Amino acid sequence: MIHLAGPYALAAVLAGLGTYGVLARRNAVLVLIGVELVLNAANVLLISLGAVGADSWQAGNVLTLFVITIAAAEVCVALAVVLAVFRQRGDVDLARAGSAQGEPASQTLESAR
Amino acid sequence: MTALDVVFGAVALVAAASGLLAVTTRHVVHAALWLVVCLGSVAGCYLVLGAEFVALVQLLVYVGAVVVLVLFALMLTRAPIGPNEEVSTSLAHRILAAVLGAAVTALLLAVLLPIAGPARERPGTTSTAVAEQLFGTWVWPFEVLSLLLLVSLVAAFAVSRMLRSAEAGADPDAEGAEP
Repeated sequence: MIHLAGPYALAAVLAGLGTYGVLARRNAVLVLIGVELVLNAANVLLISLGAVGADSWQAGNVLTLFVITIAAAEVCVALAVVLAVFRQRGDVDLARAGSAQGEPASQTLESAR
Repeated sequence: MTALDVVFGAVALVAAASGLLAVTTRHVVHAALWLVVCLGSVAGCYLVLGAEFVALVQLLVYVGAVVVLVLFALMLTRAPIGPNEEVSTSLAHRILAAVLGAAVTALLLAVLLPIAGPARERPGTTSTAVAEQLFGTWVWPFEVLSLLLLVSLVAAFAVSRMLRSAEAGADPDAEGAEP
């Protein structure tokens, strides 16, 4: 026997923390950590519903596996973009993003050194 | 209040506290390490909820692969070691972000807690049942997902290669239009 209020509260807290992480971080890699927390909140909800419901298709478990896979794909592409941005601009600071637009890559790299 | 509730509460407390540290710490590398604790204790939550296979996948994929990727990216972008004020936005921004995060939590709690209902039976799911459904009912989404993984792999490779050849090329304005 388990109360569903606990999993629901954990999902709500994780989603709120992830939102804070996405909004309050300047380092692009740390923003991704916030995104991971939001995705985990969704996973906790799916698992808790699958754990108690009459789930003949195992939708809670299977959809959680799908979300984990999609999160892995998302992190893969996002980190490639972050590395490309770092190579071109010399930093991954989102507060300064857009300030050096239009500058050729070589100049940006030189000015960053 | 059953035993499962108590165990879930303890593990969820660890998950929430380490998640809070992951988004607020000033050490860049510590944020990734707190994420390991958070995702690991979320895997513990899955175990308490009876989803053992998903808990193992969470440990393998998230803690094993995603966090390592994040640490790798931090290393490659020359993240500073030690406390650093530059990783977070200004105080006003952070207060606004905290208000928005608290609003998200309050909204979800207000929606979800009334439909939580009384304590229910937790039958637990066997890996056999998950596998039967995964390769029966859900086989086509599963195949499409494998295609998505392949596409994202190729896309990540293409993004990093495109920039490198644009850097090596004579005309830096011709990014994306190289032969």
